[in-house]
Amino acid sequence: MLRVVSGVSLSAERGQVTALLGANGAGKTTTLECAQGLQKRSGGSISLLGQDPATAGAELRSRVGVMLQDGGLPPSARPVPLLRHIAGLYARPWPVDDLIQRLGIDTFSRTTVRRLSGGQKQRLALAAALVGRPEVLFLDEPSAGLDPQSRQLVFELIGELRDSGMGIILTTHLMDDAQRLADYVYIIDGGRNVAEGTVQELLQRGPAVDAGTDHVRTLTFDAKPGLDLAGVLPADVVVLEERAGSYTATGTLTPRHLATLAEWWAAHDVMPAAMSLQARSLEDVFLDISGKDIR
Amino acid sequence: MNPTPAGTAAGAGAPARQQPASLLRRILLQGKYESLAMLRNGEQLILAVVLPLLALVGLTVTPFLDGLGPSRIDVAVPGILALCAMSTAFTGQGIATGFDRRYGVLRFLSTTPLGRSGLIAGKVLSVLAVLCLQVAVVATVGFSLGWQPTAAGWVPGLLLLALGAAAFTALGLLVAGTVRPEATLAITNLLWILLGALGGIVIPAERLPSAAQQIVGLLPSGALGEALRDAFLHGALNGAASLILVLWTVIAGAAAIRWFKWN
Repeated sequence: MLRVVSGVSLSAERGQVTALLGANGAGKTTTLECAQGLQKRSGGSISLLGQDPATAGAELRSRVGVMLQDGGLPPSARPVPLLRHIAGLYARPWPVDDLIQRLGIDTFSRTTVRRLSGGQKQRLALAAALVGRPEVLFLDEPSAGLDPQSRQLVFELIGELRDSGMGIILTTHLMDDAQRLADYVYIIDGGRNVAEGTVQELLQRGPAVDAGTDHVRTLTFDAKPGLDLAGVLPADVVVLEERAGSYTATGTLTPRHLATLAEWWAAHDVMPAAMSLQARSLEDVFLDISGKDIR
Repeated sequence: MNPTPAGTAAGAGAPARQQPASLLRRILLQGKYESLAMLRNGEQLILAVVLPLLALVGLTVTPFLDGLGPSRIDVAVPGILALCAMSTAFTGQGIATGFDRRYGVLRFLSTTPLGRSGLIAGKVLSVLAVLCLQVAVVATVGFSLGWQPTAAGWVPGLLLLALGAAAFTALGLLVAGTVRPEATLAITNLLWILLGALGGIVIPAERLPSAAQQIVGLLPSGALGEALRDAFLHGALNGAASLILVLWTVIAGAAAIRWFKWN
């Protein structure tokens, strides 16, 4: 027997977005599918709205919406008849016309699923998951393939659904999505959860914090190539010319460091073309915890 | 639009907890959806209607069935009805289910109130619905070509047709649920040709080589073809052939339940 997931323990609340964060193959989808009753588990226990999803019937399934990673929509179907068909399986479905308008499906309502773009398929799959007005919504990689406008639309809707009291559980390997959407995050690695907490809590965890480097910032700036910046900043701040004319300074940067660098630029008549300062992100936390090796 | 989920907010005006539509409604809806999908698919329509009608006409203008009944058309129509059952229940439904499995449609629908059992029931219903249309078309063409079935043969004939459809549906789901869709496509099409030509379905076993006759009688194709000819030619219920169809239904159904992979 292959153990894909072992040692995952998590809970999700109503009115919250709970994110399962992990690299490809970490066990996120398997965890989600066990919770949805799609995969049989060999051990452990799962309670979804007070019932075991592996044995529950239509009553539980009517209260849960699922958006699969691969969509699960028939390629020859057209969006509107498909949504009306799925809506018919529920006693009190979400008005299909509202859903179509809200998710912009009316712009491709006459196109078959096989001809839809990745983002359009994702929006349709989200509509199919929502048409039963679920209390719990599972979203497996909801922003995969979305263009920026669709992503904004989907994120706004997820926020509204959360505020209305829906419990939303999503998987993603995109740290920005988790940081933006999630109220609570589980980091899954190698089939087990290795860290959990709110985004703010997670930003204060990990080896970097233990080593006292949790205030690490990265300053990135573009200027003329070949600047000799050696010795300008203290040794604990690493300055690199990543590629010609593109520099990074990484370390526990302080206002004094920034002032020193600006004085050096003034003295050498250097005007940066672009500049940004980045704080520790969820991605840094994730890499701290799960390592940087390619799996 | 208010995106309030069902059953979450407390207090006055809170929406009631979501419930599934009734089981009957869910199955009827799925049956209707699958039937329309099947009828809108050009390839399926050729397999389900056009090829059986071509075979029917072919059998009435060639001497293959001479001497087996009052007329060529009387012997041909029951076999063509059996061929229709195999086309829709085995080849058509098998291919559709195989590709539904590939695209995750089965997994998605099994998370809705329809569930796995509702999905299977809907597929069976769609097979029966399309089969009814096929019977109507084949019988109409048959009558226009002079078909004169025994009146007493209609009840056992239609019941056996449904039993045959059940056996072929079970076999189609077994193939679709255990191998890749491309393999399902190849296997079901190949078997449709082989069983259609040599499986005793339209050409009775006695017109096949003697070594093949015993085997053909045990195949679902041979059993269904024989049973329908006995029903519509003689008004008789062929008990042995019926038992063979029941056994195929039970064994293939149990195997499909045991080995069908939804993922």
